[in-house]
Amino acid sequence: MSNYSGSQASNPFYDPSLNKRHFKAKAFKSFSIAAIIFSISFLIFFLGDMVYKGLPAFQQSYIQIEVTYTEKTIAFTRKAIDRKYRKVVSRAWLRDIPKRVKANPELLGTTQMTWVLLNHQVDQYLKGHYYKVKAKDLKLIQAMQEQGKIELHFNKIFFTHGDSKIPENSGFKSAVVGSILTLLVTMVVAFPLGVMTAVYLEEFAEDNRWTQLVEVNINNLAAIPSILFGLLGLAVFIALFGMPRSSPLVGGLTLALMTLPIIIVSARAALRSVPDSIRQAGYGLGLTKVQVVQDHVLPLAFPGIMTGSIIGLSQAMGETAPLIIIGMIAFIPDAPSSIFESATVMPAQLFTWAGMPERAYVERTAAGIMLLISVLISLNTLAIYLRKRFEVKW
Amino acid sequence: MSQKNSTKISVQNLNLHYGDNHALHGIDMDIHTNQITALIGPSGCGKSTFLRCLNRMNDLIKSVRIEGKVIIDNKNIYDKDVDEVAVRKRIGMVFQQPNPFPKSIYENVAYAPLKHGITQKGSTCDELVEKSLIQAGLWNEVKDKLSTPGTSLSGGQQQRLCIARTIAISPDVILMDEPTSALDPISTEKIEALMLELKQQYSIIIVTHNMQQAGRVADMTAFFHLGDLIEYAETETIFINPAKQKTEDYITGRYG
Amino acid sequence: MKPFALKNRHHGLKEQIIHFCLISAATVSILTTFGVLFSILFEAIEFFQMRSFWYFITGTEWSPGVDDSKFGAVPIFAGTFMITLIAMAVAVPIGLGSAIFLSEYASDFLRDKLKPLLEILAGIPTVVYGFFAAITVAPAIVNFFDSLGIHASFNSALASGIVMGIMIIPVISSLSDDVIRAVPDSQRKASLALGMTQGETISSIVLPSALPGIISAIILGLSKALGETMIVVMAAGLRPNLSWNPLEDMTTVTVRIVDALVGDNEFNSPDTLSAFALGLVLFVVTLILNIISISLIRKFKEKYKVNTL
Repeated sequence: MSNYSGSQASNPFYDPSLNKRHFKAKAFKSFSIAAIIFSISFLIFFLGDMVYKGLPAFQQSYIQIEVTYTEKTIAFTRKAIDRKYRKVVSRAWLRDIPKRVKANPELLGTTQMTWVLLNHQVDQYLKGHYYKVKAKDLKLIQAMQEQGKIELHFNKIFFTHGDSKIPENSGFKSAVVGSILTLLVTMVVAFPLGVMTAVYLEEFAEDNRWTQLVEVNINNLAAIPSILFGLLGLAVFIALFGMPRSSPLVGGLTLALMTLPIIIVSARAALRSVPDSIRQAGYGLGLTKVQVVQDHVLPLAFPGIMTGSIIGLSQAMGETAPLIIIGMIAFIPDAPSSIFESATVMPAQLFTWAGMPERAYVERTAAGIMLLISVLISLNTLAIYLRKRFEVKW
Repeated sequence: MSQKNSTKISVQNLNLHYGDNHALHGIDMDIHTNQITALIGPSGCGKSTFLRCLNRMNDLIKSVRIEGKVIIDNKNIYDKDVDEVAVRKRIGMVFQQPNPFPKSIYENVAYAPLKHGITQKGSTCDELVEKSLIQAGLWNEVKDKLSTPGTSLSGGQQQRLCIARTIAISPDVILMDEPTSALDPISTEKIEALMLELKQQYSIIIVTHNMQQAGRVADMTAFFHLGDLIEYAETETIFINPAKQKTEDYITGRYG
Repeated sequence: MKPFALKNRHHGLKEQIIHFCLISAATVSILTTFGVLFSILFEAIEFFQMRSFWYFITGTEWSPGVDDSKFGAVPIFAGTFMITLIAMAVAVPIGLGSAIFLSEYASDFLRDKLKPLLEILAGIPTVVYGFFAAITVAPAIVNFFDSLGIHASFNSALASGIVMGIMIIPVISSLSDDVIRAVPDSQRKASLALGMTQGETISSIVLPSALPGIISAIILGLSKALGETMIVVMAAGLRPNLSWNPLEDMTTVTVRIVDALVGDNEFNSPDTLSAFALGLVLFVVTLILNIISISLIRKFKEKYKVNTL
């Protein structure tokens, strides 16, 4: 905007009525700037909030104490450590003593100075959060801290364990495995179906009522709230076909139906961007329609199709509501090994943790969110990269 | 031809750069009141760019840098204390492609006067719309369908609507950027007749690709080539007895 | 030798098989839509055989799980309406403002940087928004109103409404941005050449031209808000509550669907089946909104002959 403050009589373009209009224009612009600033700063605040809440979960408190490995302590694991520590260390760690001895038989009969996992209340205290620890135990912890016998270690458990009712023993692994299995089913079903539908609509279908019906349908399918797909999964896949509840099979199929329109729409756009001259060149060589599409059109459209599929995949990865309906929020301590077993997925695990009363789950939820969003952003970046890398201007 | 010497726009040493591209080289030119001045030259010669300098439409392009003066009523419109909005209010513009707003014919004409506060809603506005459409020679064709969309008119009618829209705010100068190149011969003829009509009240500057058009309507003609103003004289002189070889080459169709 | 080979019969068969496969694939999308519709419809019909449809639509008491259970969905609709209203109040101005900035004011450089950020916002899973609403926004609202001496619920409609609104910002901004950019530049130039300010040009010429597309974007956002589940499941209440106070806890259609189906109720009890009745309402409403939205955007496309939307 120019400076229009000059009010000299010598300026034939001086028009005081414009001041008000320029002011309005500036206000309008400021409003739009404020809107975008709000959106972006929310994003920054939100990501910052998640990192702030989630980062502590990547470390876990350990205490260095003597652990006695004998036949008796394997039977009664509580006895492996001094009585005064029993209220501060993790029950889950003690429970695993027999497993540890089995893995290292030479431990038997020895007493070791070992870093032992502390329980979540102590852990939260050490991280400066809300905690519930008795005064006596707190004193002990403070004393041990002064001796340097308490340390924060990298939280391996979060990556190697499944869910647990003991917060310090819970991890994201079974949810990750569940997600992978579920999305595998989703893509195996949705990708070919989506691409074939797109090929049919773009390359083969005549413009008749049937085709229009399919098109209207795809538009509507994309707009159906995701939770209703859960109702479909429940009523059809589980109740009607008798597929196992909570399984990646049912979850994957349900998500596949939701992902279908995304893949179809992007695949159609990719096919449409292949110029007709390519097809005509193919026909000119005496190829059949199927050959032209299969050997010439599809390969050219492939990057676009991949981009759309990746975007569909990342949406399916974050979807929760329909999976809750089909029971994929079960408590799953061990990672599923097939698509027929009960499983949970990453967002459903986050939902479960978010509903837990213990403070330790809050940081785990936020940490899980950090992981999930990192994966999603990576996938979307990959999609954008593919689009840019293989973008051909005809 | 009336020999009016009052200068409406005085362009002095105007240079324009698109980024690194020096597109106009030190143009000096005096444009007279109540005349039609035609700007001709091969494509890319800078004639349209020059036209857009006169109402500061080039300000919209971020990479453009302008030096020199465009003096209107003893004021350089590129002075810091001049508001480009006020400039455009006084220097109207008609574009190559007819571009009526997707509003009714009436609203197309009334839009700018209402915003500028030249008129208020009601009968005075109706009168202004009528007057402008009459001036643009469109009234008889549209008076019964003022509420239909401007975009529903034919190309030639649309262009006259755009002219009506421009004269509704009573500018001093009307810039026309190849106003008939998208139109059929009959519409073109109507627009040309209209221009001759309008020059009684306005100074008109027209960019045209069509030399015959310049010959038919213009009092003065300026020949641009590769960002230089090669020759600027009365139209007859340019066409019959040009001073420069380049002008003659162009006029006789050796390139362009 | 014949000049043209006869049609290779084997070849023809292969083509036919492929053609058949393609048609079958296209059929799946139709089957899915009808699958969703019928799976909901049949269970919903079963529900309405047990309970009055009229009371469901007009009744104000929702009390499942008791002997004298009642299924009047009005408080649930009201809660949905309130939360959606708050969401739209947040999303429409901010989404539209962002779109206007990106399409009209931002330089290409800035636009290239900001658009992917908005896409990140669009890609955040709703469960994450729900967590954020429950753990950060809801307590902040309670604290804020406490300091004013006003009581607010931890499950307030306001908290989930605001976060839902933020979720919808990219839905509205992305489509509106596309539509605004599709308005031909000649319109802007014409207006500026008439001595209009940029603000006047945008508000009087560009936005009215883009209006059908913008309304379509808003309707799409509305439909997303109505069907949104995770945010309200995590941050809104379970209690059907007929109230005008956005600081009270309220429940929504989607929350009640989840609540009805996650418990250990028998599948054929009215408690469970009520979820399908609510689902039917949601299906019908979002379908209608979608049809309106599509027809509006089609009108816009025809007007400006754009194919990129």
